[in-house]
Amino acid sequence: MFDTALSFNDLLFLLKGAGVTLSVTAFAVVGGTVLGLLFGVLRSHVSPWAVLPLTFVLDVFRSVPLLIQLILANASQAIAGLQFSPFVTSCIVLALYTSAYCTEIVRGAIEAVPPVTRRAARSLGLTWGQDMTQIVFPMALRVGLPSWIGLTLGVMKDSALVLWLGIIELLRASQILVTRLQEPMFILLIAGAIYFALSFPIARLGGRLEKRWQEND
Amino acid sequence: MIEIENVHKSFGALEVLKGINLTVDKGEVVSVIGGSGSGKSTLLTCINGLEPINSGRILVDGIEVHAKTTDLNKLRRKIGIVFQQFNAFPHLTVLENVTLAPRKVKGLSRQEAEEIAVKHLTHVGLAEKLNVYPGRLSGGQQQRMAIARALAMSPDYMLFDEVTSALDPQLVGEVLDTLKMLADEGMTMICVTHEMSFARDVSNRVAFFHKGVMAEIGPPEQIFGNAQHEETRKFLSSVR
Repeated sequence: MFDTALSFNDLLFLLKGAGVTLSVTAFAVVGGTVLGLLFGVLRSHVSPWAVLPLTFVLDVFRSVPLLIQLILANASQAIAGLQFSPFVTSCIVLALYTSAYCTEIVRGAIEAVPPVTRRAARSLGLTWGQDMTQIVFPMALRVGLPSWIGLTLGVMKDSALVLWLGIIELLRASQILVTRLQEPMFILLIAGAIYFALSFPIARLGGRLEKRWQEND
Repeated sequence: MIEIENVHKSFGALEVLKGINLTVDKGEVVSVIGGSGSGKSTLLTCINGLEPINSGRILVDGIEVHAKTTDLNKLRRKIGIVFQQFNAFPHLTVLENVTLAPRKVKGLSRQEAEEIAVKHLTHVGLAEKLNVYPGRLSGGQQQRMAIARALAMSPDYMLFDEVTSALDPQLVGEVLDTLKMLADEGMTMICVTHEMSFARDVSNRVAFFHKGVMAEIGPPEQIFGNAQHEETRKFLSSVR
């Protein structure tokens, strides 16, 4: 018969870890999306030469493994005497990492809006800003949303790497319990179920929005 | 009045307009015909400032379109343009497509904009489609919506750039009927078109463009009955 030493408090410990995972992910995704929008608009409207330094930096963030970025950032901020907590460092690094991917999603989605549609908007007297907010962003959202959902879910799972900075998020919490209780299968199953419970609503929301938009096409 | 004075326009090394002169009076309908690449469509996009010009000038009611001091967004309220592609805003319903510019550009209330939009959409025969998304409309209906969208800004001038070229043959008639109706109502129009019967029946004057030059302009009877220019005759015999 199934028997476990996992107590209610242990479960709360896991859920607390899940809360940290969710917080880090939320900061990273919100920060990364705001930066990604800004950088994506720049990348799609300014000549490639003018944004070359930005493109290079974003390429670095996309190319270097996240674990290396986290450890280097944490060490660098300590050397610089910034005294950021590991949580703050993690949020900043993950936000920049997310922005690097988000920039490309935004750029691609904006460039997918047909230039003739934008020309029609401008011909009606809409300003550049009105064209962006009324036409380009709503149309680009439909193109970019599936990739953005994928990015968000990816960042949530990648956020597990912040355990290397000593943060007790969901995976680290489950590791601690595995070490103490020696029930790896059961505990990881629960951790996996929590990850799924966090991800599923986001994936479903994306799916529902896409379906609603498709019905109008 | 639209006054086009010695306008030159190049894309890189390719000069597409080579010194165009044309004056269009209020209430006049001018059709522009000619082969592909003759500069007809470019002229229209220059008139409402979507394209810069290299030299010459274009005046709309005395305002120089390409002057640095000209507020193009304001000027474009006077000049409606409808393109070959329907260019519907796919995320907005038909009604929203038509009310967007009156609300955002002219600052009308939603109710005022909707009243105007319904009037124009009814006018072009789309009163039943107000809350439909453009993706559910036929090409002809989308093009009529684009015409209503431009009309909702109460423009003084309408520019039509081959508005029937992307339509299935059976849908061309409904759009041409809309243009004829506008012409009958006294709208000032410049129509770039491949529909020779439309140019003949509806226009006050027909301009023939050839290789960036306005080779000939005159009343439809002259252009279609007694063209002076060799290239005009050649073009007309090739499209008949």
